Amino acid sequence: MKPTWKVKLWRYTIIGIVGFYLLLPLYSMMDFSTKPFAFFQKGRTLDAWKVIPSQPDLAIAVFRSLITAVIVMFLILVLIVPTVVWVHLKLPKLKRLVELICLIPLAIPAIVIVVGIAPLYRWISINITESPISLSLVYSMLILPYTYRALSAALDAADIHTLAEAARTLGASTTRMMAGVIMPTLRTGILNGSFIAIALVLGEFTISNLLNYKTFQVVIAQIGRTSGNVAVAVSLASILFVLILLLAIPQKKRQKEVLDVDVA
Amino acid sequence: MKFSKLAKVAVVATVSVALVVPTLTSATAASKFATATSASQAGGIAGLAAECKKEGQLNVIALPHYWANYGDMIEGFKKKYGVKVDEADPEGSSQDEIDAANRLKGTNRSPDVFDIGLAVAAKYLGTGTFAPYKVRNWQNNLGSAEVPSAEYTPNYTGTMTIGYDGSLGTITKLDDLMKPVFKGKVTINGDPQGSSAGLNSIFMVNLALGGTLDDISPAVAWFKKLKAVGNYINVNPTQATIASGQTPVVMDNGYISAGIAKEFAKAGKTWKMFTPASLGSTYNSAISAWAPHPACARLWMEYTLGEEGAGIWAVGGATPTLWIWMVKTKRAPAAGLAAIGKSKVAPLKATSDQSTKAREYLKTAWAAAVGTN
Amino acid sequence: MASTQYQGTGTTTGGAGSRYWRKRSAYLGVVPFFIFTGIFLIYPTYSVITGAFRNEAGEFDTAKIDELLASPIVRKAFYNSLEISFKTAVLGAILGGLFAWALVSGKPGGRFYKITVAISSVLAQFGGVMLTFAFLATFGFNGVVSSIFVKLAPDSFLAQSSWLYTINGLAVVYTFFQIPLMVLVFLPTIENMKPQWREASDSLGGSPLEYWRSVGIPVLTPSFFGAMLLLFVNSFSAYATAATLVNLSDFLTPLQIGNALSSEVGNANPQTAKALSLAMVIVVIIVMALYAQIRRRVSRWESAR
Repeated sequence: MKPTWKVKLWRYTIIGIVGFYLLLPLYSMMDFSTKPFAFFQKGRTLDAWKVIPSQPDLAIAVFRSLITAVIVMFLILVLIVPTVVWVHLKLPKLKRLVELICLIPLAIPAIVIVVGIAPLYRWISINITESPISLSLVYSMLILPYTYRALSAALDAADIHTLAEAARTLGASTTRMMAGVIMPTLRTGILNGSFIAIALVLGEFTISNLLNYKTFQVVIAQIGRTSGNVAVAVSLASILFVLILLLAIPQKKRQKEVLDVDVA
Repeated sequence: MKFSKLAKVAVVATVSVALVVPTLTSATAASKFATATSASQAGGIAGLAAECKKEGQLNVIALPHYWANYGDMIEGFKKKYGVKVDEADPEGSSQDEIDAANRLKGTNRSPDVFDIGLAVAAKYLGTGTFAPYKVRNWQNNLGSAEVPSAEYTPNYTGTMTIGYDGSLGTITKLDDLMKPVFKGKVTINGDPQGSSAGLNSIFMVNLALGGTLDDISPAVAWFKKLKAVGNYINVNPTQATIASGQTPVVMDNGYISAGIAKEFAKAGKTWKMFTPASLGSTYNSAISAWAPHPACARLWMEYTLGEEGAGIWAVGGATPTLWIWMVKTKRAPAAGLAAIGKSKVAPLKATSDQSTKAREYLKTAWAAAVGTN
Repeated sequence: MASTQYQGTGTTTGGAGSRYWRKRSAYLGVVPFFIFTGIFLIYPTYSVITGAFRNEAGEFDTAKIDELLASPIVRKAFYNSLEISFKTAVLGAILGGLFAWALVSGKPGGRFYKITVAISSVLAQFGGVMLTFAFLATFGFNGVVSSIFVKLAPDSFLAQSSWLYTINGLAVVYTFFQIPLMVLVFLPTIENMKPQWREASDSLGGSPLEYWRSVGIPVLTPSFFGAMLLLFVNSFSAYATAATLVNLSDFLTPLQIGNALSSEVGNANPQTAKALSLAMVIVVIIVMALYAQIRRRVSRWESAR
């Protein structure tokens, strides 16, 4: 079905307007960070950017944050996805409760969440490890709202009951059904959830700062203390870094028809 | 999208290694250093320095580099004693410092030393939060006798001032700020209900208007007028907003303005200061009762509250509490004298009762005066 | 395997093969989730909320809550927060939803799609100091946009930056992270709309408008409102951006909470912070209940289709 020119026009207009709105502030940051800030400089300069590679703490912080992101994704796949699917399939009465639980991390500002989890992390720091990687546990709670919503939306639209029943009728075990039939339907939801998880781990500042863990964003903020231009430059650099990281994740070509099963 | 078993094992292995590697080193501080109330009990400065080298690190918190020249202070300490300094939460408030210490009690990341305002210091006096410690120069420090237990020691005083971009003209009296050239440009550093610089700005304006520190309604009325003509804005001034020209007029501590003036000079611009009335605030140094590095903490106190530290603070525009003694005994370094002079007159300071009264008044009056829609 | 097909059979009295246990055993599947969230989410939330009911000595005391309910400053901040959250939720949901649709109706799996999803992930988390810088660099003094407008239309509001510090200005800033969030959570729904539905509608002679009215919108509505709810809550609890931009702690509820936690001049009162947080959680519960009502109406519509 070829899109009509009307649809195409709508498409380009929307993408144009929203895209412009989102990209404009980023461009302004680039503009500000390259402004001359010493009187002997005329015109644009990359001096603010040159400060970044010389920081020793940065590499370690990036490494640790990346490992934290991996753990968070692992927890999503192993804990959250099965639970969401299970609740949708077998325990519809619990849906509202689980949805409420998954909204709570958003309802409370991060500065208050710290008040609640600080005793837990004190215990973890003294008895298990002082490494910032332990933050992965609270981060996996923080992404609950986004991941749940993405998965739940995918499940709602995909008529999971019919698929499950069809799979069972054809003799699939529960595991096979989950892995082979339901997961592919959720592919976009899981992928988006993982993207958000990585972006959150690498972008989270408040909790790690208040618990004095040296994560990526905390180190970035420290680098930015020298001057305003450097602060903007490192912020933009951290955005670009995460962006490139996400784009580097290999992704199978998205198929428009997920399942060619006529179950209607 | 299936995680193969091998991948799962690999992840677990990596995680275990990554968790173990930066694990806490056992924080068994020699108890003599954790309870020493003066350098003599810890083997003198040399003893402290040796133990600090073994501890290897000092945890500081809420010390922005541009604040009273803390940038140079930290670098100086690092170089002189060869230890690392972990800096946490540079934009934190005094309350944040104590909260962080409580939150991280018993861990290796807890702050070792505090630099806090009087309101917060007085709040925690006698609660076991601070480890009492008398530095060598304790009796020469102005105001330390007010805290005989030496749980905290006054360290430097700043005078509030109005710092502004020189290209806007020259301010000779307070009401110059009402002029149209300052439209949308005047800010104070922080909300007065949360920030001592904000509260002190109100006190300073009050004194300049001829009032006392017991009743700040004249100052609040003045700010209301400033907002009505459109000159006062509710923007938070930061290094970035000052550099970009967003907030070219900032009421803040003199030593902050001095730092801004230095930055501006580098860019070929001028930053001027105008002090309508002399209002000061003194900060205080203290050691955390559960400091993970007690020897380094005490060494830091000796360094900052000693002559070296006083010289560094002076260059940053803050008046150390040791300064009057240093000037009297002719030990004040020339660079410091050039920056702050002999500072014989101590500025007026608000007592904690006056601060409490002001705060109560502001709870309802401030939003009414300068709130947005 | 065969037993899962016959969930309704078995003995009714207790015993391993009974219907009772087979039904209950489904609950085992969610136990790990509840344990994990119990430790890292429920318990911390619980300790914050019960802290709202205690005074400094730790005794049960509702004085703080009563004091806050009576304070006009607290109420004004609350209304401001609700207003800004509502506006940004609606705006973000509409713009983000449209953008998600535009994205999906293009080439599937293309590079543009991937880049957009990646950028959305990053921008959805982009808040606080960075966002403030970005907007000040755009609309602030000497900013990219304001410099242009100073030359073209010096009297317009875009030539200065004071509009940023009002509720509507802050709403524009917040929408910056609301739109990408909407795109991310709504995209899976739109993607699951099968092209067969459109083809069926077309082949039965339906116009595009009829397709959207009878098929498209009813399918999308539950997820759309669910996503809007998420946006609302997200905006409601946003703290860092407002704290960096606006110098007035009474403006929004999260700012009041921040002040109650870290006031330098002695205003710090953890009970206030916890009581205000309790209020925020209650708002979320109420909005969720509203959302549940909407869902119920919509599913009646859905099943009647």
